Amino acid sequence: MVTDDSVVVQTKDLTKQYGNQVAVNHLSFTLREGEIFGFLGPNGAGKTTTLLMLMGLTRPSSGEAVVCGLDPVRRAKDVKRIIGYMPENVGFYPELDAVQSLEYIAALNGIPESEARNKIDEFLELVGLKDEAYKKVANFSRGMKQRLGIAEVLIKDPKVLFLDEPTLGLDPEAALNLIDLIVRLKEEHNMTVLLSSHHLHQVQRMSDRVGIMINGTMVAQGTLDQLSKEKFGLGDKTYSLEEIYLKYFREG
Amino acid sequence: MQGLYAVFRKELADHFSSYRFVILFALIAMVSFITSYVAGLHLKEGLEGVAKPKFVFLMLFNTPGALFSMVQFGAFFGPLIGIVLGFDAINKERAQGTLIKITSQPIYRDAVINGKFLAGVVTISIMLLSIVLVISGFGLTLVGVVPGVEEIWRLFIYLIISIFYISFWLGLSILFSILFKSIATSALASVALWIFLSFFVTLGATVVANAVAPLNAKEGTSPEILLKNTTVKERISLFSPMVLYTDASTIIINPMRKTTQSLILMGPMERISASRFENPLSFAQSLIVVYPHVTALIAITLICFAISYLVFMLQEIRT
Repeated sequence: MVTDDSVVVQTKDLTKQYGNQVAVNHLSFTLREGEIFGFLGPNGAGKTTTLLMLMGLTRPSSGEAVVCGLDPVRRAKDVKRIIGYMPENVGFYPELDAVQSLEYIAALNGIPESEARNKIDEFLELVGLKDEAYKKVANFSRGMKQRLGIAEVLIKDPKVLFLDEPTLGLDPEAALNLIDLIVRLKEEHNMTVLLSSHHLHQVQRMSDRVGIMINGTMVAQGTLDQLSKEKFGLGDKTYSLEEIYLKYFREG
Repeated sequence: MQGLYAVFRKELADHFSSYRFVILFALIAMVSFITSYVAGLHLKEGLEGVAKPKFVFLMLFNTPGALFSMVQFGAFFGPLIGIVLGFDAINKERAQGTLIKITSQPIYRDAVINGKFLAGVVTISIMLLSIVLVISGFGLTLVGVVPGVEEIWRLFIYLIISIFYISFWLGLSILFSILFKSIATSALASVALWIFLSFFVTLGATVVANAVAPLNAKEGTSPEILLKNTTVKERISLFSPMVLYTDASTIIINPMRKTTQSLILMGPMERISASRFENPLSFAQSLIVVYPHVTALIAITLICFAISYLVFMLQEIRT
């Protein structure tokens, strides 16, 4: 694969099979620096499997992937240094407080303690958990946990964020705050974000491009305008992402 | 390495601050104190006005106190320590969704399982060492006998054997925590296997031995049959880690015992000579007697951990 410097993630014919079942089917897509890519699709469409393959946590059955010029299969550890992954329903150690949770992640990333201390303060401030720094995670609300999850992925200084359903189960206000935070990270820090979600209006709000994945196949990808034209033809009306998604989904 | 160290430190801190560790430690410390205290009292009584036998100090550990000796207690209760420290090692992380978070950090995956096992082993070591030291100090003041160099060596070896024995159960419960998604299932499976290997194997050994070489109580059994019966029984019993450990640790702690085999076919003359001319085995000789047992114990511990390691490395982690 030929990649230039602005390409952060690129896959070519990436495939994952579990027995006879194809979880991801010849997936090819490119993620460029500083863009937010919305990864859409019904449950079980293979979004999470794709993310796991990109981090080298699962071995692809065939095809290849490149993350910042590295092969996730062979350089899993280096790839995981670059990627900040927040899983769906990110878990925490309930007995630790926010600072301790971040300290553990920092230690796993080999960040020296003195440096970690400053970073923890910085990111707790950024995600708005400064006042809850010494509160046990067990007492956190869902929104607070998601924000702590964001702080945990940021502390390793990643080049790209993989966020799996970051706004799932959040109330509208908390979800908006999180979206603001993600957009701010992109605008202020030129962060690349690969985001999977079912909340189409939220994705529409923040994504530069989207990809729609159904049954392991990426059926469409591009900007909202491109998809709109592709599916509804040229016209003055702009369709919402929801309308486009449902049309793709129903027509397969 | 940095990943291993981070996991190790976190797990160690978790063990020492968890309620279950505190409860377990309190329980073991309490029983150990009482046992060695009662043993100490008996010893003191028994030693009054008699020339001091050799190895009085070790008797603190192998004289039955209230119900059992320290060594027996360790054999019985040790597995529970290992199980309690390991039965939810992996599946709890899986259930609370932290396993994927940890493995998506820039560490090798084996750092997770190595760190957990190592932290468990260190916890066990600290626990056992402190108990042996406290009992020793206790014995010093109570019985007033200072341990000799050989006794210290024997205690040291006893400690090593015990650490491996308990680590075997730690490894086993970690294996179950990888295999079973449910924490309750892995705890139950560990306890079930503990009961089976510790009690039912010895029971089964007797049954099998009697089937192979039946003893005849009425007419008397021929020496050949009796020998065969005992051999079969002892061979099968060795499948139990508890028997392996009990054999090894009693020989090490009690220099008067010269073989792990039970003595059968002892006529009255042999019995007299055995009790009259009793001399302790030297430390090196004791070691030679238990060498196969110790090797086997270390081997099953390593094999058990190796299986856990393999299973964990081959599993797909999604949550």
